[in-house]
Amino acid sequence: MSAKLEKLCQKLKEILGERIADPVLRLGEVTIECQADVYIEVACTLRDHPDLRFEELIDLSGIDYSAYAGWPGKRFAVACHLLSITHNWRLRLRAYAADAESPVLPSVTPVWNGANWYEREAFDMFGIVFEGHPDLRRILTDYGFVGHPFRKDFPVSGYVEMRYDPEQGRVVYQPVTIEPREVTPRVVREEKYGRG
Amino acid sequence: MAEIKNYSINFGPQHPAAHGVLRLVLELDGEVVVHADPHIGLLHRGTEKLIETRTWLQSVPYMDRLDYVSMMCNEHAYCLAVERLLGVEVPLRAQYIRVFMDEVTRILNHLLNIGTHALDIGAMTMVLYTFREREDLLDVYEAVSGARLHAAYYRPGGVYRDLPESMPRYTENKFKNAETVKRLNTAREGSLLDFVEDFCDRFEGYLDDYHTLLTDNRIWKQRTVDVAVVPPERALQLGFSGPMLRGSGIEWDLRKKQPYEVYDRMEFDVPVGTNGDCYDRYLVRMEEMRQANRIVRQCIAWLRANPGPVISDNHKVAPPPRASMKSNMEELIHHFKLSSEGMHVPAGEVYAGIEHPKGEFGVWAVSDGANKPYRLKLRSPGFPHLAATHEMAQGHMLADVTAIIGTIDLVLGDTDR
Repeated sequence: MSAKLEKLCQKLKEILGERIADPVLRLGEVTIECQADVYIEVACTLRDHPDLRFEELIDLSGIDYSAYAGWPGKRFAVACHLLSITHNWRLRLRAYAADAESPVLPSVTPVWNGANWYEREAFDMFGIVFEGHPDLRRILTDYGFVGHPFRKDFPVSGYVEMRYDPEQGRVVYQPVTIEPREVTPRVVREEKYGRG
Repeated sequence: MAEIKNYSINFGPQHPAAHGVLRLVLELDGEVVVHADPHIGLLHRGTEKLIETRTWLQSVPYMDRLDYVSMMCNEHAYCLAVERLLGVEVPLRAQYIRVFMDEVTRILNHLLNIGTHALDIGAMTMVLYTFREREDLLDVYEAVSGARLHAAYYRPGGVYRDLPESMPRYTENKFKNAETVKRLNTAREGSLLDFVEDFCDRFEGYLDDYHTLLTDNRIWKQRTVDVAVVPPERALQLGFSGPMLRGSGIEWDLRKKQPYEVYDRMEFDVPVGTNGDCYDRYLVRMEEMRQANRIVRQCIAWLRANPGPVISDNHKVAPPPRASMKSNMEELIHHFKLSSEGMHVPAGEVYAGIEHPKGEFGVWAVSDGANKPYRLKLRSPGFPHLAATHEMAQGHMLADVTAIIGTIDLVLGDTDR
């Protein structure tokens, strides 16, 4: 398996060259990274080049790296998981949005039509705007929702709650009344922790 | 002449054929669908965000609540992802048990799908038959994990416990006399494996019955043949997987192509459709049940012959046995750390995809070395399929929309997450 993946890394380097950072092979998976300006070009090459042929987009997901200690890249990124039926291999393509304040990336929906809803989801959850997307609306959150819930600075309990108000005879939104609590704190231990 | 205009109707979210809480806004020209716009998210629980606030082990039960008709398959992908990040070896018996339960789950899922699909488009009988069989398999779930639906049986490192030696039995009461109870208990005299083997023997015949009910049924064919045809190149473009992709004639099954656990030791065939319509996808699912039955038999034979441990002995990941925990200081500390702080997963990222009954279910786990995931993306199989509803429904009649929802095997818990 790993010989095959090394071959893939070699091919990626040859074909995409300067447009991507060096392919990383870890845990049996290949990851390549690129910047927003070459994203579409890279995606098209990955799909159409006869030696790569990633004809299917399995997954596209946004991620917010702002709370990741020592993350070298930018804050917002999109990770595409690609699959080639012809060659039976997978690839992760990560593209960074240049600006953390208003993240923008080109849309890959014209390249892989299945990306449509995934990009709507990433827009909804992370506020990443996809240029050239045919129909960029919110998808999973409530109608009229404010904010992007999967960003690291968005609280798990949210900002508003909904209840039925018997006096007004309708459903109303109000600020959340529950206190945020954490049962098990999040800890990152040093490398040799608990190994004697 | 009166002017005829397109009009929009609202389908769901409380329509019985919407399989949960799907809301479809349909634009119709007479009875022909011009535009279908699914509104999802009514069951969105923010699972991915919640998981970021739980330890790695606490997230296992969340997986059951995604696709609540194939619970253990969801857990499987999650456990695979965690194990790959940790580099933990899973005992062989646990791998067989996982494959065994995965295939039981596949039968469960397809039974529900075919039963309700038929119910939606007018064949009332089917669901009564498939739910009879589901009842037996849910008893298997209950005997194995203690819960009929939300099992939480797979754990990173293996499975929670070994398969039980006995099946729960019926007892006499005012509704069931001694004779009935005796008849119901005949298959339950032995171990769980005996019970499942008995089911496998019966199930072949049941499948033949289903075929006589639906496969050549004229009404069923009128409702499914040539409805929602997806050519193979479109299926790839739209990100289809599982029976939806195979129905369109692409031979792609992760169990064969990228085998995980012990699927490379199993003998089974992958059914492929030719036309890519609802009928072909139905046939693919029917055959998949027969093949799942075959795999279950092979697992039973192996599991009978090979006892052994079912969870990793790495106590940084899996809890130590109760007895040694009570007598050994080291094990006590392990247990305490594991249940208070949880395991620490090395920094890195991994994508684990499995052949879920509905398609490819994937987990993209990103860890920064903490006791909780940094980000966990769940790739649900139903999501891209539902996204293609517009393309599949366009130009079809309003009544075909129910057939399309049935054929994509929709479970909103899975698409909405």
